[in-house]
Amino acid sequence: MTDRATVYARIIELIEPLNTKKVALTEATSFAGDMEMDSLTVMDLVASMEDEWDIMIPLNLLPDLETIGQVADAVAGLLAKKG
Amino acid sequence: MTNPPVLDLLAKYDPLIAEHAGLLSTGIRDPFGIVMEKVLSPTEAIIKGRHTILLGTYNYMGMTFDADVIEAGRQALTDFGAGTTGSRVLNGTYQTHAACEEALKGFYGMSHAMAFSTGYQANLGMVSTLAGKGDFIILDADSHASIYDGCKMSNADIVRFRHNDVADLEKRLKRLPPEAGKLVVLEGVYSMLGDVAPLPELVAVAKAHGAMVLVDEAHGMGFFGEHGRGVYEEQGVADDVDFVVGTFSKSVGTVGGFCVSNHPKFEILRLVCRPYTFTASLPPAVIACSTTSIRKLMTAHDKRARLWEATRRLHGGLKARGFRLATDTPESAIVSVLMPDQETTALMWSTLIELGVYVNMSRPPATPAGVFLLRCSICALHSDEQIDIVLAKFEQAAQMAQLALHEHA
Ligand SMILES: Cc1ncc(COP(=O)(O)O)c(C=O)c1O
Repeated sequence: MTDRATVYARIIELIEPLNTKKVALTEATSFAGDMEMDSLTVMDLVASMEDEWDIMIPLNLLPDLETIGQVADAVAGLLAKKG
Repeated sequence: MTNPPVLDLLAKYDPLIAEHAGLLSTGIRDPFGIVMEKVLSPTEAIIKGRHTILLGTYNYMGMTFDADVIEAGRQALTDFGAGTTGSRVLNGTYQTHAACEEALKGFYGMSHAMAFSTGYQANLGMVSTLAGKGDFIILDADSHASIYDGCKMSNADIVRFRHNDVADLEKRLKRLPPEAGKLVVLEGVYSMLGDVAPLPELVAVAKAHGAMVLVDEAHGMGFFGEHGRGVYEEQGVADDVDFVVGTFSKSVGTVGGFCVSNHPKFEILRLVCRPYTFTASLPPAVIACSTTSIRKLMTAHDKRARLWEATRRLHGGLKARGFRLATDTPESAIVSVLMPDQETTALMWSTLIELGVYVNMSRPPATPAGVFLLRCSICALHSDEQIDIVLAKFEQAAQMAQLALHEHA
């Protein structure tokens, strides 16, 4: 079982190379607003998370995943479902 | 009572307005504001009073001024009037529209055809209507905007795989529930880099996971495959492709879009596909021009050969002069020149237009992986002489824009 804290820490590691604006990364940091990521970068990032945990995060969920915390919740939730 | 202040909904575009203004402040021409004052032929126009070679129009087969095509339109305009003022499912289907769908069926050797008002709407409609709630759409990351928008409009779950990557598609298909409906959306030719998809491998993986397959042949119709049906024909996967989408705005030389299929229940889509139903049908002249053009494309073997010849000349010539190209060999009739950054791309584009050569400038997010491109699309009617002029102008523009060219081994 991967817990939420482990997931969050790994997500931060995956985001760091794409954090070109060097903004502080917290639960509340948003991808489009704070980090100014374009939609292509966000989609590539999501793909890397899918591969990291062998899960599926459909693109149509992205509008509801604005912040790092929301993504961590979603990934942790998917992993819990997977068991 | 006074009204509250109105919030300006366009304020969100301020950064883009600033970026565009910054681009123009360098004194270059607006790459997205070209006006063709006169169109002389499929390969030449007057732009700002200057005689210009057109190398960015997707007019692959040069049908826009074909005498038979124009005559068909003239006749339909006289016989059926200027417009239909109605939807295909109400008063907007004329004999001309039925004839066009017959021509499409003949061209593709398929039992059903639906003509839409644009290719954009054909993708929008097909993608959103085929996959519903609980289904999955699996699309290539570099898909055209119309495919992405079709995904947005559908109620399906959307899964994206790495461009032309068979292993990545397979990995993602494996994660999907086996019992769910699946639509894999591919393109024969990808218009940004001009690269061709490995359809046999991609289609085989899709079929192995129980998916239906839709292929967009917008940039392949007319000159790939024995009958010019597209890359899917050339690569021999016709039996495993469930839906082919295309456009009239490229090789056909008019405007409009379509989907063809052998699916026995295909006709019901006319009643449920909103971008087909809730818009006016194409004007009779446009659809009659399209029909004639499609029929002529069936046997346009000489033009196909000429298109490939001109494409090889341009691709080889640019490569020999040290330009970096998106594909090592000419895979389609799109030749994309890789550029280092926005400033050099804009300057080079602007210099080319001043020298009388029109190409497309493309930049992120329309392009994949943040690349900047000068995209050339070739026409079967480009003469060797025109291609050679273009090559010389490219070399001259590179010097003026201080674009570093590579030594060629
Ligand atoms: C791959 C692809 N599909 C669809 C379209 C849409 O075609 P149309 O111009 O008919 O809307 C285009 C062209 O813009 C395209 O490049």
